[in-house]
Formats: sequence, C-alpha cells, structure tokens
Amino acid sequence: MQFPWLSLLIFTPLIAGLVILALPAGRRDWIRGVAVIAASLDLLMSLLVYFRYDATVGDYQFIERVPWVPQLGISYYVGVDGFSLPLVLLGSVVVFCGVLISWRIEDRPREFFAFLMFLGTSVLGVFCSLDLFQLFFFFELAVFPKYLMIILWGYPKTREYGGMKLTLYLFAGSVIALVGALAIYFGSGLRTFDMLALEKAGFPLWFQQFWFPFVFLGFAVLGGIFPFYSWAPDGHVAAPTAVSMLLAGVEMKVGAFSALRAGIMLLPEGARYWAVWILVLATVNVVYGAFLAMTQTDFKYVIGFSSVSHMGLVLIGFATLSSQGLLGAGMQMFSHGIMTAMFFAVVGMVYDRTHIREISRLGGLFNKMPWAGIGFVIAGLVSMGMPGFSGFVAEFPVFMGAWRALPLVAVIAVIGILVTAGYILLVLRRVFFGKLPDFGEHVPDVSMLDKIAIGLLGFLMVVLGWFPSLLSTVVQSGVDRILVLLGGG
Amino acid sequence: MTIETLIWLIPLPPVLAFFLIAVFAFRNRSLSHSLAVGSAVISWAVSMVVFYQAVTTPAFNHHPFVSQINWLPLGQGWFRIGVQVDPLAAVTLFFVAWTILMIFIYSVGYHNYGQPIGEHDRPGLQPHGASVTGADGKVTRVPSVEPMYARFFAFIALFAFGMYALVVTDNLLTLYMAWEIMGLCSYLLIGFWYGKPSARDAAVKAFLTTRVGDMFMLLGLVALYWLTGTLNYRLILSNPGVLEQLSEATSPVLGLSWAGLVGLLIFFGTVGKSAQFPLHVWLPDAMEGPTPVSAMIHAATMVSAGVYLALRFFPLISAGWTPGSALTPTLMVMAAIGAFSALFAASIALAQRDIKRVLAYSTISQLAYMVAALGVGAYVAAAFHLVTHAFFKALLFLGSGSVIHGMEHGVLHTGEHIDPQDMFNMGGLRKKMPVTFWTFLIGGLALSGFPLVTAGFWSKDEILSGALDGGYTVVFVILAFSALLTAFYTARQITLTFLGQPRTGSAEHAHESKPVMTLPLVGLAVFAVAVGWAGIPEDFPILGGLLPNWFEHFVGSMLAGHGEGRLVGHSSLPLIISLIVAPLGLGLGWWVYRAVPAKAADPLQYVLGPVYPLLKNKYYVDELYKWIFIRPAVWLADVFTVQWVDHNVIDGIVDGIGRLGLWLGRVFSRYFDIPVITGTGDMIAFGTRKLGISLKWIQSGRVQQYMILAIAVMVILGGTLYFLLA
Repeated sequence: MQFPWLSLLIFTPLIAGLVILALPAGRRDWIRGVAVIAASLDLLMSLLVYFRYDATVGDYQFIERVPWVPQLGISYYVGVDGFSLPLVLLGSVVVFCGVLISWRIEDRPREFFAFLMFLGTSVLGVFCSLDLFQLFFFFELAVFPKYLMIILWGYPKTREYGGMKLTLYLFAGSVIALVGALAIYFGSGLRTFDMLALEKAGFPLWFQQFWFPFVFLGFAVLGGIFPFYSWAPDGHVAAPTAVSMLLAGVEMKVGAFSALRAGIMLLPEGARYWAVWILVLATVNVVYGAFLAMTQTDFKYVIGFSSVSHMGLVLIGFATLSSQGLLGAGMQMFSHGIMTAMFFAVVGMVYDRTHIREISRLGGLFNKMPWAGIGFVIAGLVSMGMPGFSGFVAEFPVFMGAWRALPLVAVIAVIGILVTAGYILLVLRRVFFGKLPDFGEHVPDVSMLDKIAIGLLGFLMVVLGWFPSLLSTVVQSGVDRILVLLGGG
Repeated sequence: MTIETLIWLIPLPPVLAFFLIAVFAFRNRSLSHSLAVGSAVISWAVSMVVFYQAVTTPAFNHHPFVSQINWLPLGQGWFRIGVQVDPLAAVTLFFVAWTILMIFIYSVGYHNYGQPIGEHDRPGLQPHGASVTGADGKVTRVPSVEPMYARFFAFIALFAFGMYALVVTDNLLTLYMAWEIMGLCSYLLIGFWYGKPSARDAAVKAFLTTRVGDMFMLLGLVALYWLTGTLNYRLILSNPGVLEQLSEATSPVLGLSWAGLVGLLIFFGTVGKSAQFPLHVWLPDAMEGPTPVSAMIHAATMVSAGVYLALRFFPLISAGWTPGSALTPTLMVMAAIGAFSALFAASIALAQRDIKRVLAYSTISQLAYMVAALGVGAYVAAAFHLVTHAFFKALLFLGSGSVIHGMEHGVLHTGEHIDPQDMFNMGGLRKKMPVTFWTFLIGGLALSGFPLVTAGFWSKDEILSGALDGGYTVVFVILAFSALLTAFYTARQITLTFLGQPRTGSAEHAHESKPVMTLPLVGLAVFAVAVGWAGIPEDFPILGGLLPNWFEHFVGSMLAGHGEGRLVGHSSLPLIISLIVAPLGLGLGWWVYRAVPAKAADPLQYVLGPVYPLLKNKYYVDELYKWIFIRPAVWLADVFTVQWVDHNVIDGIVDGIGRLGLWLGRVFSRYFDIPVITGTGDMIAFGTRKLGISLKWIQSGRVQQYMILAIAVMVILGGTLYFLLA
C-alpha cells in the first residue's frame, strides 16, 4: 500500500479544526496560524497528487480502502480519477484563499476558522469518495458548519432567512438522493456501497429510468439546477465572504459532481432517458440566471445569480453525455469554481471597506483598490468566455457537445453568454470605473494577503486559458472512463 | 531559422511587451514606450522578411508556409493550432505591420511624451494641460503628458498581438480567440479615458454590439466543426470535396445549404466587427478613444479583420456559386448589406461636424464597399481595397489626430471653450500645419478615389467594374452614387478644416505637431499613393500593362480552382464613372464650403431641408434600438423574469409550500393532533386508570378466587386454541 495522500488531504483540515477548537479563544494568531498552515499543506498535497496522477493510465489512482461497517458493505474507500482530481485541487485552492481573505475576522475567530476547516474536509471527502455511503457522510458533514457560519457571521439582514432556506433545500435534496441511493443499494443485490462495484451491477432499464431522477435531481439541487436554484443566491449573499467562496466555488461542484458520480455513472441508461429534460432545465439555468443577474441592484446578488447561470453550462455538458460535453463540463467546474471564488472575494473586499453593496452607490473604486479591480476584470472575462482565459476553453467544448446533442440548446446558451457580457460590463463600469462617491476618498486598498489570493486565483485562470492541456488531459482521462460506462459514448 | 519558426515569432514580441510593461514599466514612461515600439519594430521586421519570402516563392499558393502544434485535446484527438501564411495572409501582414508600426510611433507624440505633468490631470481623464513658468517669469499653458501613458502602450501592444495572431493563424478557433482579444482591447482603449461617462458608455456599447456578431460567428464555428471535424483553413477551404458536400447538404434553416448557413453565420461576425448595418452603431461612438486608437483599431486593423475573415472564408461563403450564375442567398445578403451600408454611412457622413466622426462613417462606408464586392464575387477587388483603405484611412485618422492636437494647443493658448474636434471651429489650418495638410490631402484624395494618382482610385475602380461586369447594376449604381457622396464629404472636410480663413482664435493659434507625429503621416502617405500601382488592371487604357497587375496574380491565386469572379467582358462605363465622380464630388464640396464664415450653420442644412436632421441624427438608429431592443430586454429581465417568474412563481411555490406546510400543520394540530394523538394519549392514560379501578375487585386477596380465575382463563384460552388449531 502506498502513502495515504488522500486521507492526509481529507483529514488535515479536520484535525486542524479540532486543534483550533482546543486553542484559547483569545489567541487569534495561533488560530489563524494553524488554519493557514493546514490550508497550505492541503494545497501543496493536492498539487502533488495532481501532478503525480498519471493521466495516460487514467482510472482511479491513490486508492485506499478500509472496511468500516462490513456487515452493511460500507467501507472507507477513497481514490481520484481525472474528473474528481481537478475538483480536489479546486477545493484546496479555495479553502486556502478563503483563509487568507478571512484573516482579519474579529468575531469569534476560533469557531469561524474551525468550521471553515470542517467544510474543507467535507468537500474534499466527497470528491475522493468511492463509497456511496461515505459520499453521503461527507456530503452531510457540511450542513452543520455551513448553517452555523451563515447565521452567525453572515449578512445580518438576511442571514437567518438565507441560512434556513439553504439548509432546508439541501436537506430536501439529499433526502431524495438518499432514497435513490438506498434503492440502488438494495436493487443491486450486491449488499455493498462500493460505487465501482455498483457501476457493474447491471440494473434493469426500468430501474434506471425510474430511480435516476431521484439521485440526479436530489444532488443537483446543490448544483443549483432550475427550478431548485433558489437557495443559491440567497445563501451566497447571506454567507460571509469565505463561505460564499466555498459555497459557490466548491459546494455547487460537490452537488454537480455527486449527481454525476451517483446519478449518471451508476445509472447511465437512466441518464440517457432523461438527458433531454436535463438539457432543457440546464439551458433555462443559463439564460434565466443571466437575466436575473442583469437586473440585480445588489453587487453580491449579481454574482450569486451568475453562478446559477454558469452551473447551467456544467449541467448542459453532463446532459450531452458526449466526450466534448463532459470534457467541457469538467473544465467548467474547475474554471467556474476559481472564477466565482474570485468574484466573491472581490465583492467581500469591496463590502468590507465601503459597507455598501448597492451598485448604484458604489463607483470609481479601480483607482482605490486596483488589485481588486484587476481581479474582477479577470473573473469577468472568464465568465463571459473570453479567449485567453479558462472560461473559453471550458465553454467551447460544452457548446460543441451541445450542438451535437441539440443545436437549439447551443444557440440559446450562447445568448446567455451575451447577457453575461452585458451584466459583467455594467457592474464593472459602475462599481470600478464610474464616479468615486464622496466617501470614496477614505477607502483603503486591499491587504497583502488579499493580493496573494487574487494573484493565485487570477494566475490559474490565465494559465489555463493559454495552456488548457494542463487541465484537459486530466479531465479527458476521467471522461473516457465515463464514456465506457455510457457504452462507448 | 526556418521561415515557419519566424512566423510563430511575429505575434510574440507585442504580447511580451504587454506583460513586461504591465509588470515592470507601469510607472516608467520611456521604458514603456520603448518596449512597445521596440516590439512593433521587431514584428514589423519579421513580417517584412516573411512577406519578401512569400512574394519570391514561386507558386506560393500551393506551398504556403505552415506549421502546427497540439493544443487542446478534444474527444479522441488533439485540436491542433498553427500558423499559415498564404497570399492573402501575406498582403494583410504587409499592411498590418506598416500601419501598426506607424501608429505606435505616432502615439509617443500624441500622448505628449516629454511634456510636464498637468496639475489637475487624473488617471482616466484626458490631460488638461500644465502651467509652465518660463525664464522670464511668464506663465504659459502647455499640453501635459497623458497620466496613464504606460497603460496605453501596454494595451496597444496587446492589441497588436491580437491582430498579428489573427493574420498568421491557420484555423478559425484561434482566429476567434485573437478576434475576441482585439475586441477586449478595443473595449479597454475606447474606455481608456474612463472618467468620461461618454467613453464608458461607448466602450460597453462597442463590446456588446460586436459581441452580437461574435455570437453568430461562434455558432458558425461550432456548426462548422460539427460538420467537418476540423476548423483548419486548408482542410476546409482548400478542399473542393468538403466544400461541395457542404454546399449540397441542406441545413434546417430557411432551406439554406450548410455552406450557406455557416457562411452567413460567419459573415455576421464580419458585420459586427466591420461595423456594417445593422451593427454599425458602435463605431462612431468608438471615437471617444484616443486618436491613435481610432486609427489603429477603428480604421486600419481591427475593422479590417472583419473583412479579412469574409475574404478568408470566401470559398465557403460562395460555395455552390460560379461566376455568371445566380448569387447564392448568402452572397445576396452580403451584396445587399454592403451596398446599403455604403450609401447609408456615406449619407450620414455628410452631416457630421466632428472631424473624427466623419471619418468613422466613411470607414463604415468603405468597408461596405469591400463587403459588397465580395457579395458580387469580386474577391480580388475587395482584397485590394482592404489594403489601400488601411493605408489611407490610417493616414486620415492620424492626420485628424494631428489637427485635433494642433487645435487643442490653440485652445490651451486662448482659453476658449470650444470643441477642438468640430470642423466648424477650424479653418485655414493649411498654413499653420503644412505637413498635416498635405498628407491629409493625399489621404482625402485617395479616399475619394481621385483618378490615376491615388491608390483609392484603382481599388474602387476594380470594385465598380466588378459589380457592373457581373451584371449587378443596382449594386453598381448605389456604389457609384456613394462614391460621389464620398468625394463630396471629403472635400467638405478638407475645405472646412484646412482651407479658407480661421473661424476661431484657437484655429488661429494652432501649430504643427512634432516630427514624431508627422513622420508617420508622411510614411503612410507614400503608401496611400504607391500601393495602387501594384494592382493596375492590365486592360486599362494606356497605363494598363506598364506595370504587371501583381496583386491580381498573387491574391487571385487563392481562388485558383474555385473560379475567379472577374469576367472577361470589360465595360468602359465603370472607368468613365470612376473618372467623373471623384473630381465632381470634390469640386462640388469645395464650392459649397469654400467660404463658410465663423459661427455659420452648415450650408447643407438649407439645401437638404428636413433630410438634414435625419442625417445629423444618424437616421435615429440608436433611438430605434433603444426602443426595440434595450427596453424590451430590460423589461424581459426585470419585469418578467425577476418580478413575475422569480418572485411570483419560484418563490411563490416555495412560499406556497411553506404556507401549505403551516396550514397542514395547523390542520393536523386541530383535527388530528388534538383529538387523535393528544386524545389517544389522554385516553390511554385515563383508560389505564379506569381499567385499574374496574379491575380492583379482582385483587381481593383470597387465594380461592385467584385459583378459580386462573382455571377459568386456562379453560377459555385452551378452548380457543383447540378450536383454532383443530
């Protein structure tokens, strides 16, 4: 057995969180120190795993397996393939940046950083899970810190509503998914939660068609699928900056990834049966989310709805069930995660320094905080699919796949991209370029740590735009595996 | 080093300069412009080497310079990107390299390098001028240096990268990428003075309007990849088999062939980028940017990219059409849009007062000539006009920048509150700015197609004869009439600006720009004349055949095998028209405007009557778009989507479920919980007590009674069991 990199990756934040809870509440430096060390370690380990993963071989690597509840066929079973590996990297990048952005938090830092670490463990755990039960376990592990962080540190006016809405939606979704998962468990007759075994279970056609919507939609609620997206904008907006980054950047991918892993990969025939409906819903996501984003007057809501719109592209990519579409979806998950983390980080920086989120009252901030401005510009270009940035290389394959599946979807989704350009430019013009409001003279620049976070996120978006093969070769190896399950694509 | 390696190196210096300026030279003016101009020189030199190699290679069309690498894995194979220089790319490279170099050098002077920093200058606003105390203690106002000097050079370097990459690329995907990078730079540079609300609005408008075209282009690209499995030029455009297949397969849209549909989608990209009707609205507003930007992006290079794309994809666009046969629907659309835009924009240019706006509309009009030429199949004529136009229009824009610069100098001197770009505030600049005047005159003559000496004459003549010889009389008449208008507004512009007497104090005090600005003007003026000699038709009376019609042979070879649009029957009517319209329009323009007094209204106002305001307000297209696109879109987004669907339907359902839950809860509580659950609970408690009370008599304490009870129970139970089991 090789060195347990993945377990180390998953449990480092958990241990750090427990250590933080044990520290005296007054020692802010220790608390932050432990958090940043754990986050950096995780980032380094995920980079190491990313570059040691052999994409030419593909399949699951870094596998670890320990029986957990053998009577029920549950085991602790982790491993990464080309599809989940970039998401692991995404998770650690966003957690790392989230720690940096939250550096100056004053209200109960001990609990804040501890919960942030628990969230990290939860998302990394889901991405690495090869056991369906374990996937649920990590999936649900996030609920409690997420809810507490929103209602304790969130935006005072809406945090209780937002936190409650998010928790209820996600609970409802996961209950539905759980029903589907149990059906799979009992229906397979294998008495195991091992997903690699379940993939080969050979479920009858009717079974797949009947149970697919439960599993897929249940998880896709967290992915923000229409019409179950309503938790996302409210939840993102109510959450504190670091949690918004994680929610929109990583948690939505947790939902989409689980829908793919447990839905499409375990019940491929069901996916084929329902693909057209998912395409329709996802296309609505893209255009509808973009329209909603355009009319928001609150800076943070714009970004909240833009996530709904962009996750639509991921789901379109899934639903094409084709090589290009899945490749694009995989790349879009990473690209969007980084991009939206940047967006929320910048929104948070602006809010922390001006205490204003209404677009009409902001203006001219570019000269005051150029790094934040450049960060927003880069993320904006990614989100409108500008070539030379990661968004383009991700969206392009999605469009190709969509055209192949249903040209009308590509046509409509492209309109969404146009609307995206509209709202991004409008926000940019008003917030960063317009006239500096009266209070503007006293707005301080962003801190050094903020710049590191912006720099790291921006770097990833630009590098992937020029050298997409850094990401796409890995994703493609994961896609190939899915295509085999789908019967050769 | 092989020539292919050299081609890879053409776009790289500017992008390198961009990063170096962004990282190291953001506050260092001289370093930033040295990096930018230096990179332009290197790219220019390499381009010239490549161009020379290209024209000296025999049968170049069959052996273009090609090189490829793997870039993006897609499905089973790699998406390969690479470079390719063929005759069309070579001539484009030639004019792009020259105009970019000239514009870079000119920018150094335009942004007042070496001048003091203004006291009130702020990033995002035009420099306001600085006060300088001379040796004699006298305070004078002088122009001040641009506050965001380095940023400007960083952006135009990135832009140059996009343009070079677009020209040398060998496939539609990287062309699209370069195209979008240029769109981004255009956005950044139009909004360069972002402190001005008009500049911010213009930037957003330009980006979004061209994006509408890009959207169609992207769909065309996706469709093309889906159909052919590649986006490489050679594999599609030089492959008669593929083209034939595409032209014969019917697409689901309007009965067009797939070639026609994809061609049309790609052509919409051209419509956006080259500012053709109905997506022309962004270009005039784009004049909010600094003048070198207007020259480079909105005259010489970026808008040319649209026509370049149409030229590049002409084999696809025209698939299924042979010279002499009826036009395909796609070509018909191109001819119609081209002819209409040519006349439409030329007529608007008649009534503009801003010197740069006149040029902007003339750009739309001239690009429309090329589009119309392509629409009637005159491929070489369109390519030729693309090259000549790039030179003389860059010249005119830079000349107008020099004029504005001179006028701003006068404004600083006199302190007048006038618009330095309004031609009615100028006059008599001929004597103040001789170099600018002579070069501008050459550019103006070329634009109006002054016979024989200017490049514009030769290329425009080719387009006109292409239209008439092909039998498209309507197109010919419209273009010929537009040529008359072109000559008229050019004469109007030159007369108002340079001739007559100064109409304001500022014009009185204007003076010539520095050599760093005027030298590029001279360089471009040479080309505005000389380029025409490369394409003199061989059957032209007297002059024809003195010089070989090199352009036709070289670029025309691109279409070898696809049928060239030029017909044999050469009518002399277009030639006569070409010879007449330019002098006529020029003379008329000079005569009307030769003596306009200060503060006078435009004489055209009396002549045209009610039409004049229509032209002045650009046919109210902006207002129309506001009513039919922008307001409905806002309504759709705001009223329909947000208020109705999101708030009423989605949230309504959610709230409804919540309310239903509450209601159900209440129902349960009232009708089930209280009577049933609570009732049951209570009942059980009460019942137990009751039972206890009622059973109390059994516990009498007498053993006999217990005995009797036990036997009785056993008898009953045993009897029942026996009865059931038996």
